Amino acid sequence: MENKDQILVIGGGVAGMEAARQLKSLGFKPILVEKGPALGGHVASWNRLFPDMTPVRKVLDPLTSSLEGVEVLLDTTVESVSRSQREYTVVLTRGRVIKCPAIIIATGFKLFEARKKEEYGYGIYDRVITNKDLENWFNTGEDGRVPDRPSAVGFVHCVGSRDIKAGNQQCSKVCCITAIKQAIEVKERFPQAEVYCFYMDLRLFGKKYEDFYINAQRDCGIHFIRGRVSEVAELIDGRVQVKAEDTLSGRPVKVKLDLLVLMSGIVCNPANNHLASELSVPLDEDGFLRSRDNIFSVTESDRPGVFFAGTCTGPKTIPETLSEARGAALGVYNYLKGKK
Amino acid sequence: MDFGFNLSPSSAVELDKVDTSLFRELCRIEPGARTCIGCGSCSATCTASEHSGMSVRKLLLSLQRGKMRDVEKMLTCCMLCGKCTMVCPRGINTRRIILTVCRLYENVEGRI
Ligand SMILES: Cc1cc2nc3c(=O)[nH]c(=O)nc-3n(C[C@H](O)[C@H](O)[C@H](O)COP(=O)(O)OP(=O)(O)OC[C@H]3O[C@@H](n4cnc5c(N)ncnc54)[C@H](O)[C@@H]3O)c2cc1C
Ligand code: SF4
Ligand code: SF4
Ligand code: SF4
Repeated sequence: MENKDQILVIGGGVAGMEAARQLKSLGFKPILVEKGPALGGHVASWNRLFPDMTPVRKVLDPLTSSLEGVEVLLDTTVESVSRSQREYTVVLTRGRVIKCPAIIIATGFKLFEARKKEEYGYGIYDRVITNKDLENWFNTGEDGRVPDRPSAVGFVHCVGSRDIKAGNQQCSKVCCITAIKQAIEVKERFPQAEVYCFYMDLRLFGKKYEDFYINAQRDCGIHFIRGRVSEVAELIDGRVQVKAEDTLSGRPVKVKLDLLVLMSGIVCNPANNHLASELSVPLDEDGFLRSRDNIFSVTESDRPGVFFAGTCTGPKTIPETLSEARGAALGVYNYLKGKK
Repeated sequence: MDFGFNLSPSSAVELDKVDTSLFRELCRIEPGARTCIGCGSCSATCTASEHSGMSVRKLLLSLQRGKMRDVEKMLTCCMLCGKCTMVCPRGINTRRIILTVCRLYENVEGRI
């Protein structure tokens, strides 16, 4: 099958969905390939979104319905790619071969595996969960590790981010605000609980984020402790004790908690290595895909006709991801306009 | 018996054991007290700071860490000039906080 208007979009998270939607309205025929069994990517696992506490469905439902008429291939990924003249020939798993003049890569990120930071006890202690587990609990109410009436809950920022030992020097950008959002949500559900956030720096850069912070401090009484958690130990009653330095007072602090939430960071998707080598696009030192440049051409690769959208190039929020997806679709349009 | 060394008590603060009743009472009256970001503007501008160690930043932190002795010491150093209030980026009424803490202290007999 050959079609000049056919554009391959790889990855069915919000980046890929928005890119496909925009390509469709620009008159192309996008084909959206998702390796998992459903669209939505990571966002499908979240519950309510900062900065307006928007329910996830309010983002995913309109995106999904606007994809009507777009060919979506689930449980499918890219096997190999070859390029001839002005066309890419992409061999997909399950035997499909697609020829297209341009490709948008929207393969997203991977959540840092909290187990790798053994000193925090994820997978070892019962009362230690991740940001993702907590979102899942908000959605389902089911997680044996979350106690019925906790009296103290802690959040550890920068788990696997800004940590050279964990192989990730970069800041994940979204976890400070996510920690504050989740701390507020925990306080809403358990008003009697003391909630502590252990942070290295608070990086709250976006619109309304500072309001979240002030709200967490003033109205929810959440305690912000500037100091990185050094270790977590399980106590005889099953609770966990956290140790850190309160760097503002220069003293060590300890606290016993009923639940500890680790803010796992955004790290590069290892599946990108295969794609990058098939398409001959370079990776950055941080393992994310490398944009042509980081100011003017974030959504462009060094390869003609290969575009990027969303967190495959680095940590991003949903609105940033959506804007990039629109940018990438427009990039495809401009690239092909002169070539028809 | 003399072992040739001795142990000093742990300096660690156990957050769940600290008595923060005075801080909570303060926040009930002055919710802004919770919004301090520890920037240090108040201490930097304070005329009394250099000579006495007065610092609203430290005062608020000490209240939350149960360091009441430090709080008492600082309260006696403030001249109530209000410069700290002028510079606080969070708009915290620091001068009124100092007065409120003094008042709360007066209510607690034997504390000061
Ligand atoms: C805990 C947490 C909470 C967050 N909360 C918010 C929030 O409240 N508000 C907000 O704005 N942002 C939030 N974010 C950020 C948000 O999750 C991201 O901006 C968003 O997921 C990025 O979408 P994406 O499509 O780039 O990547 P992803 O969501 O990772 O989607 C990528 C998709 O591509 C697929 N894929 C990967 N490789 C391949 C391949 N080789 N072939 C085919 N398919 C492939 C994956 O299966 C996946 O479906 C949060 C992030 C975290 C970690
Ligand atoms: S956003 Fe905050 S928690 Fe996340 S890596 Fe950056 S500094 Fe750490
Ligand atoms: S009011 Fe007190 S603490 Fe504030 S600047 Fe003046 S002397 Fe310093
Ligand atoms: S100036 Fe305000 S925010 Fe800064 S340390 Fe002092 S009280 Fe806190």
